[in-house]
Amino acid sequence: MVNVVIEVSRYLMILLMAVYTYLGFHFFRCHEDWQRDRIGTWQNAAMFLLHFVAYVILYLKSEDERMVLFYIAQVIFFLAYIGLFRLIYPRVSQVLVNHVCMLLTVGFVIMARLSFDKAVRQFIIVAVSSLVTWAVPFLINRFWQLADFAWVYGGVGLALLAVVWMIGNNSYGAQLSLSFGGFSCQPSEFVKLTYVFFVAAAFYRSTDFKTVAAVTAMAVAHVLVLVLSKDLGSALIFFVTYVAMLFVATSNWFYLGSGIAAGCAASYLAYQMFAHVRTRVAAWLDPWSDIDNRGYQITQSLFAIGTGGWFGMGLYQGMPYKIPVVEKDFIFAAVSEELGGCFAVCVVLICLGCFLQFMLIASDMQALFYKLIAFGLGMEYAVQVFLTVGGVTKFIPSTGVTLPFISYGGSSILSSFLLFGVIQGLYILKKKDEEEE
Amino acid sequence: MRRNMPDPRPNRNIRAAAYVMAALFVCMLGYFGYFLQAESKSVINNSYNARLDSFSDRIVRGEIQSNDGTVLARTETAEDGTETRVYPFGSLFAHVVGYSDHGKTGLESLANFYLLSSHVNLLEQMVNELADVKNIGDNVVTTLDVELQKAASDSLGDRKGAVVVMEPDTGKILAMVSKPGYDPNTLGTDWDSLISGDNTEAQLLNRATQGVYPPGSTFKIVTALEYIREHPDDWQDFTFDCDGSYEYGDYSISCYHGNAHGHQTLAEAFANSCNGAFASIGLELDLAGMRTLTSSLLFNSELPVSLAYSRSSFVMGDGATEWERLLTAIGQGSTQMTPIHNCMLTSAIANGGILMKPYVVDYVESEEGEQVEKFLPSSYGELMSSSEAETLAGLMRAVVTSGTGSAVNTDAYSVAGKTGSAEFETGKETHAWFTGFAPMEAPPLAGPVSVEEGGSGGQTAAPIARAIFDTWFSR
Repeated sequence: MVNVVIEVSRYLMILLMAVYTYLGFHFFRCHEDWQRDRIGTWQNAAMFLLHFVAYVILYLKSEDERMVLFYIAQVIFFLAYIGLFRLIYPRVSQVLVNHVCMLLTVGFVIMARLSFDKAVRQFIIVAVSSLVTWAVPFLINRFWQLADFAWVYGGVGLALLAVVWMIGNNSYGAQLSLSFGGFSCQPSEFVKLTYVFFVAAAFYRSTDFKTVAAVTAMAVAHVLVLVLSKDLGSALIFFVTYVAMLFVATSNWFYLGSGIAAGCAASYLAYQMFAHVRTRVAAWLDPWSDIDNRGYQITQSLFAIGTGGWFGMGLYQGMPYKIPVVEKDFIFAAVSEELGGCFAVCVVLICLGCFLQFMLIASDMQALFYKLIAFGLGMEYAVQVFLTVGGVTKFIPSTGVTLPFISYGGSSILSSFLLFGVIQGLYILKKKDEEEE
Repeated sequence: MRRNMPDPRPNRNIRAAAYVMAALFVCMLGYFGYFLQAESKSVINNSYNARLDSFSDRIVRGEIQSNDGTVLARTETAEDGTETRVYPFGSLFAHVVGYSDHGKTGLESLANFYLLSSHVNLLEQMVNELADVKNIGDNVVTTLDVELQKAASDSLGDRKGAVVVMEPDTGKILAMVSKPGYDPNTLGTDWDSLISGDNTEAQLLNRATQGVYPPGSTFKIVTALEYIREHPDDWQDFTFDCDGSYEYGDYSISCYHGNAHGHQTLAEAFANSCNGAFASIGLELDLAGMRTLTSSLLFNSELPVSLAYSRSSFVMGDGATEWERLLTAIGQGSTQMTPIHNCMLTSAIANGGILMKPYVVDYVESEEGEQVEKFLPSSYGELMSSSEAETLAGLMRAVVTSGTGSAVNTDAYSVAGKTGSAEFETGKETHAWFTGFAPMEAPPLAGPVSVEEGGSGGQTAAPIARAIFDTWFSR
């Protein structure tokens, strides 16, 4: 009987997810506030229903009463988050709030299936992060002097990365994190923000050749330290974001061309110089010949995605735990395996929807500083999603970055909340401006 | 807040960046969809994918059947729910059907995904789920022919060796026998002795695809082809005088049992398998041309075969001594070949130069008989031109009518073939080979017989081929 419920619920969850995703894009076509409100409400309904169905299955399969309590806690959290956000910030972008909640829902569902304890920790991290970051939109609105500290952002960010490189913990061959007591943190997640602020603030002041040269040197330093820490995914995110921001700030095709050329040259050099880069590429080109070793993670991921197919195995019906680091870098494979390829496609489309919303906000901002911030953060977000989903599906070599709001990990969650908080702040700023005019 | 002068360019650039990223996402999703739709089946049917094993918790493994629906493997469920895999023919199909209990081999491995997928109708699936009854997996219908398989196995008898029979114009494998065999029904109890280090019989090895043997005189097909390519207009003028042994410097190569063949043309030398004539050809052939030809004939490379197989090897390099060259030309030397590979070359000759990819699974059907997936013949490509194939077929026909293959010569149907007696160790009997097809016009059968230490190909291997052909043509 439980099996039948699981069978039916599989399709129901995919349907709800598809409806939600469709509404997310339909939103772009509606410009009246009342239309947008209605869409938002329907989205919330779809999300809560999906959340409910998923936890019914989780409870039925695990027969663990704690699931019920955990579910209730999450519902309270979501209601409070959505409600309070709208109360404190009436002008907030509702579609972004909804997307954050939907991605968190997916994360909570798949994490509870993988490990109840981790899911609870993830939940606490989310609750604390959302609390800590509630004031971010306010700060963005209140302090326009934020644009005055370009080199402070740059210096602090670079120093943090350098510290990680020198004394960071080694995990899977890369220096990624610092630990204090029992608590570990991944500074590169936060440097992502200071970095964008640095570039935006510096270019806001001037885009003459001298500034461009100095900012480029600083950006290259960031990327180099990341490469030396073997954090290739972050290095790539930083690099692409910088080249794109430089181009938007200067509209200079020569800078864009040399940026791309430098990127190609650097990739080639990295391939020649670093064994771990060659390993990643080899595992991508042909994981099957070394399935026990280098190809293990990606082949397990492909087994998971392929066995799940378009409609998934159903929660608890697959073996996502066979994939190393599944709860972090390879969470997308677990989602695809158990919730289905259709569902996974919707997740990617929701991320794409967030990115497009960021780009719209960037276009709407008038001051170049804000424009660049929205654009830079949007690029970081999109490149990160592209790297993780592409890596898991063997579209590109795996680089080991997380999927924002879904992957397990405090730093990733907190920095994602910060990032979305900043964007919300910009959105509110813009709305205020419009209303004043 | 200070305001910049409105400049349209940043927004234009932002839009461009958004389009580029969106396009990248679309490509990625396109690839993802392609993977799920087209690639995933072959990817997940991998012995490293533990997920498939868990399918058996909800599905009863389907049957493997011969081309007329005879059951070759089925799962029996006892009252208490324990499942046993039963192989009604015992060792007869052991290698090609394989086993599924100690790891998976053969079709049990190849078709694992199909056997563990169920396409019984949705309503029944639902009812089964409610009643907590397993669904019945799909049946895999093979191209294997029970009668031919029996004929091949019976005529090979207790000798070690392998037989492969393939339909040249489709690539369907009709029979595949490897001896010595094992009984998959009692694999559990026999396992330890089968894999023990003291066991030198290698019963678990599928000699038809994994056994590598020196090809002996069957390799003269390749040598003859290279000679014809190098002498397209005057190969028929080749002559050689055979006195039973060919002297070259300090070396001498003798014909089988020292037979003196006398004055020989290429066709006669081929029919009589005259080693002296072919050794002398070997000395004058272009080494680079020989390497190109052998690699185009799939030596040293992957074969389009889905069962586990070994690669054939042709390793004569530029520094080859004359002795190596003349040995290689007659199929001795260090050349190694699997029976399935020899089967594919013979089939290509029988099929006008075109090699069809060998395959064993014909179609997959649900337990209720509804077809789920059908596998169609597909061509690998042209191994030789049709006129070259025709010439070789003519040479092979003469082997049967007036040469070493007389054991398969009959009025009932016309056979073309080549014998081989490959020396592999001094003082031991030669490996016996016969590879051929019948009848000459539109052959439905092609394939090699290889008998380890069987003596002469003409006397040992050819009669086995005869028995198989007789079985087929008496229908």
